[in-house]
Amino acid sequence: MKRTYRDGHPATKTLVYALLISGAVLFTIPFIWTLATALKSGEEFASDPGRVIPRHFVFDNFHKAWTALPFARFMLNTVMITVTTTVASVFTGSLVAYGFSRFQFKARNFLFYTMLATMMLPGQVTQIPIFMIWRQLHAIDTYYPLIVPSFFGGGAFNIFLLRQFFLSIPKELDEAAMIDGASYIKIWWRVLMPLSGPVLATVALFSYLGQWDNFEGPLIYLNTPEKYTVSIGLRMFQDSFGTNFEQVMAASVVHILPTVILFFFAQKYFLRGINLSGLGGR
Amino acid sequence: MPKLTHRPGFWGFLFISPWLIGFLCFTAGPMITSLYLSFHKYDLASIQFVGLENYRRLFQEDPLFWKALKNTLFYAVVTVPLGITGSLIIALLLNQNVKGIKLFRTCFYLPSLVPSVAAALVWQWVFNSDNGILNTTLSLFGIPGPQWLQDERATPWAFAMMSLWGVGGARMVIFLAGLQGLPDSYYEAARLDGAGSWRCFRQVTLPMLSPVMFFNVVLGIIGSFQVFTSAFVMTGGGPNHASLFYALYLFQNAFEYLKLGKASAMAWILFTILLALTYIQFRASKRWVYYEGGDK
Repeated sequence: MKRTYRDGHPATKTLVYALLISGAVLFTIPFIWTLATALKSGEEFASDPGRVIPRHFVFDNFHKAWTALPFARFMLNTVMITVTTTVASVFTGSLVAYGFSRFQFKARNFLFYTMLATMMLPGQVTQIPIFMIWRQLHAIDTYYPLIVPSFFGGGAFNIFLLRQFFLSIPKELDEAAMIDGASYIKIWWRVLMPLSGPVLATVALFSYLGQWDNFEGPLIYLNTPEKYTVSIGLRMFQDSFGTNFEQVMAASVVHILPTVILFFFAQKYFLRGINLSGLGGR
Repeated sequence: MPKLTHRPGFWGFLFISPWLIGFLCFTAGPMITSLYLSFHKYDLASIQFVGLENYRRLFQEDPLFWKALKNTLFYAVVTVPLGITGSLIIALLLNQNVKGIKLFRTCFYLPSLVPSVAAALVWQWVFNSDNGILNTTLSLFGIPGPQWLQDERATPWAFAMMSLWGVGGARMVIFLAGLQGLPDSYYEAARLDGAGSWRCFRQVTLPMLSPVMFFNVVLGIIGSFQVFTSAFVMTGGGPNHASLFYALYLFQNAFEYLKLGKASAMAWILFTILLALTYIQFRASKRWVYYEGGDK
């Protein structure tokens, strides 16, 4: 790992550690406390809500929360939507980025900057007409409105990250493959994709987070409880069992945990995939 | 004339076509439609042209519109500067050569891995006035904490505080990536010239990082105007509309009261405000954003 103020004064170093440790504690406390609450019995929570390590570990809350609402179903729905949109974003996004990074065509730069500009458009402007489109297509209360948009490149920022990474891969590799008779598709799949692990992991993580966390989309489009995602289910759970905080926290942990596990495995690639040279104007 | 498929330009265009089609269907088309709707009264069943009436009513007869705008402005003014500074400080700390950096990175990033509904539920708890963790901690120091989510004077601060929990997220990662992209040679040169840590930061790090900072500020402001889920889950806009944020009020008008014309007008007012703010920032950026190798 590169560093900027390398090996500073020992006093500086102590200060850095102190700040890092206190910050890390501050930032993880709500999380640890959620976990602790989820593992407490109702009585212990009522008498001693602030305690971080429960006196008695109780796993009953998970069971109760899991069975009070069809959370297994919600989880399955969410996984299905998330996996589909993540895979679709990575694939179509990298194709678009390949087009923007390796080819010359009319209006390429204009289209690229238009794409970047869409990042500044608040979603509320397009929300209602998009809702009307899906209503017209009789797709309300289906997963199409949540899934289909990810097949169109998966968002400007992801395409931008992919393009920046592709630009850093030497063009000679493409040319060598082309001399060997590879088609453009083959170059994308066999040359660029295998070299792009870090950025693909980063984009996959961002797409995953966006969809796993998506609340407004399912809120607008899904009506039948069996079709709900975890985020909507969690909200419903709060409405009906809001006073059983231990259980609400247990259900929240179930919502959080898959992401934390995934991040743990992806973090090796995570930061390396972000190449920001293009933010400097070129 | 060579066949079309032999031209690289054709292939380039083909490869970007998923985005282009998506842009036309899900961005450009809907934008025009939404502008059109903003001049109409529309409830999914019937549509009627009303001219500028939606806008006039919002400005002149809707105190909640102003309330929502004011709440959102307060939220933006408090959270964007603090959030940017916080993200930068964390990125600077995480860019140091210290042991256990991976663990620290995970700790700071953790809050942004928490899905927003779960985060809202957790914070509802943190803010609980009787036995929530925040007031319990404050009482240890003899400070009586307010009723965070019931007292309309405290609620805006509660939301701002909650947003700051996420400063270790994507924005920090973008800063960190920017920091790691800075070549060591610049620092070596500065050191040779006798610059200390603070001068290195002021005269190398900050200018070199300014494009990233600019990006974060522009998108940070836009993001802060769209706060929705936390308010929807935690307070539903209350108490006494203290957390009625713009996006929440827009959502209510659109999908609860089915006033789709009015909601579209609100969306375009939001868009206009953000465009104006972004334009001002681009103008101002010429004075503080440094682009390497050119005065672009």
